[in-house]
Amino acid sequence: MTENKSSLAPPPIVQVENIYKSYRRGSQEISVLRGINLAITEGNFVALMGPSGSGKTTLLNLIAGIDRPDEGRLLVAGTDITRLGELDLARWRAHHVGFVFQFYNLLPVLSGLENVELPLLLRDLTRKQRREHAMLALELVGLQDRVHHYPRELSGGQQQRVAIARAIVTDPTLIVADEPTGDLDKTSATEVLALLEQLNQEFSKTIIMVTHDPRAAEKAKEIHHLDKGVFNNN
Amino acid sequence: MELIKLILRNTLRQRLRATLTILGMAVAILAFCLLRTVVDAWYAGVSAASPNRLVTRNAVSLIFPLPISYRQKILQVAGVSQVAYANWFAGVYIDERHFFPRMAVGPETFFDLFPEFVIPQDQLKAFQKERNACIVGRKLVQKYGWKLGDTINLTGNIYPGDWQFVLRGVYSGATKTTDETQFFFRWDYLDEVLRKNMVHRSGYAGWYVVRIRNPFDSGAISQSIDALFKNSWAETLTETEKAFQMGFVAMTDAIVMAVRIVSFVVIAVILLVLANTMTMTARERMSEYAVLKTLGFGNRFLFLLISGESMTIALLGGMLGMALAFPVAHVFGKEMSTLLPVFHIHWKTLFFATTLSLAIGLLAAAFPTWRAARMRIASALSHVG
Repeated sequence: MTENKSSLAPPPIVQVENIYKSYRRGSQEISVLRGINLAITEGNFVALMGPSGSGKTTLLNLIAGIDRPDEGRLLVAGTDITRLGELDLARWRAHHVGFVFQFYNLLPVLSGLENVELPLLLRDLTRKQRREHAMLALELVGLQDRVHHYPRELSGGQQQRVAIARAIVTDPTLIVADEPTGDLDKTSATEVLALLEQLNQEFSKTIIMVTHDPRAAEKAKEIHHLDKGVFNNN
Repeated sequence: MELIKLILRNTLRQRLRATLTILGMAVAILAFCLLRTVVDAWYAGVSAASPNRLVTRNAVSLIFPLPISYRQKILQVAGVSQVAYANWFAGVYIDERHFFPRMAVGPETFFDLFPEFVIPQDQLKAFQKERNACIVGRKLVQKYGWKLGDTINLTGNIYPGDWQFVLRGVYSGATKTTDETQFFFRWDYLDEVLRKNMVHRSGYAGWYVVRIRNPFDSGAISQSIDALFKNSWAETLTETEKAFQMGFVAMTDAIVMAVRIVSFVVIAVILLVLANTMTMTARERMSEYAVLKTLGFGNRFLFLLISGESMTIALLGGMLGMALAFPVAHVFGKEMSTLLPVFHIHWKTLFFATTLSLAIGLLAAAFPTWRAARMRIASALSHVG
């Protein structure tokens, strides 16, 4: 089932064309995605839902360029990322995608500020500029008073907000979030979802979010349901 | 700069593991430095050999002497500038355990040929004036607390009898590699006593030391000297001082080889230990490497991160091992001064140990780096949590 809550439809920034993906488990081949087509417009907030093993995280990984399809095309901001080599794909990710993971995935040896600064090391910026950008991102997520805290000194919600700051610090074309509230309590989950909604509405960030949580999906403008590797239109 | 910060913080992350690995590395490098120094000490005589010195000895064996008259004949050979002579005296001081080299040397020229033995001029003159004078190395004097003017008694074994010598000079080494534990006395004093008691043994030198003008002529001069005494009853064998010293070391080649092999076995063991540590560390951090790759960092960055940590551990351990090697070598050298009189850690050993430490760090990181490079980001992230 596809629900579309957006009234205007700008040109798609993400085009998924006839994507197939399967994995091998021992001698068995498991088909995860079977001929997926999807178009996501710029500034949209899309939720991908579905039961475990339906292929939603796989689809998100393909769109984000951290996995490769067996067949099909993936156009993001006009680039067919299926044609990029490993190095170019890494560069492309660094410039176009911000990642938010379920378990935050912050580096424990770096402070909040240093974690946010990390993606900027791949940019041609001075140390001072990097600090300024990272501070701005942390202010945006309301963590300006926790910048020197290490992940172990932050709550789950605060860690996820640092992760969101890290995702937006490079001003990426799209933000991908894999179960961003999956490891959070209700209050923290609400804060994180409000933050994602704010990024989408105030800063027109294109967000693709995988979630099991219907309340999280409610924040999205579009919801796509996947089941057994295909969109469920029922 | 940020990479170095990340490497250092990662290194200190598992403090106990890192500390134990650093200590293991330190012990290995310490053992390596000591074993290499033992080998160097074994070859000290060879290393100290001068290229412009030849040694002429009896062609049959060193235990057979050569007539003292050979000196004048050798001096006539073109390219020879000076000739000294010496006899191995052996003897016993206190008891057999108090071993040090004791030699009778020609008083006029011997020390001219060995500028590495630095002797104050007045002491050398005193030695040359007094028949039963002796000159002794600085370390030996320190060890036995001798002073100039002291009488030193030796009991002869090759040359039986009670021998008394007056200490008239103390030499010190021109370099750290000079043996400062030798005892020299005058050949003419030995010969004088032999003429009285064992006349058939007088008038012989154990070997000649020949100074040549040009080291490149050593082959031709050696042949010329040996040709002089061809078909005589005491034929000679002349070789470079280095070859002469090597002849002694060659007798213990197997032991030296075993020591060398053990020194590298120690390194191989610590390489496996560090490789195991780094593999465990990298396996625990695979999800972090996946995150870094997700953010756009390439395999080069991961290589620098993993190998940097590995090399930091290896280098810290190596430096600690090298620092510890000095006091340990000092004590070891003191205890073994009779067998290994020149026991100093050579700068080449330190350079070698540093290079090995870095190489160990790099090699230990090879497998985890390879795994991190081959890792599929999506798979690594799916294992998180």
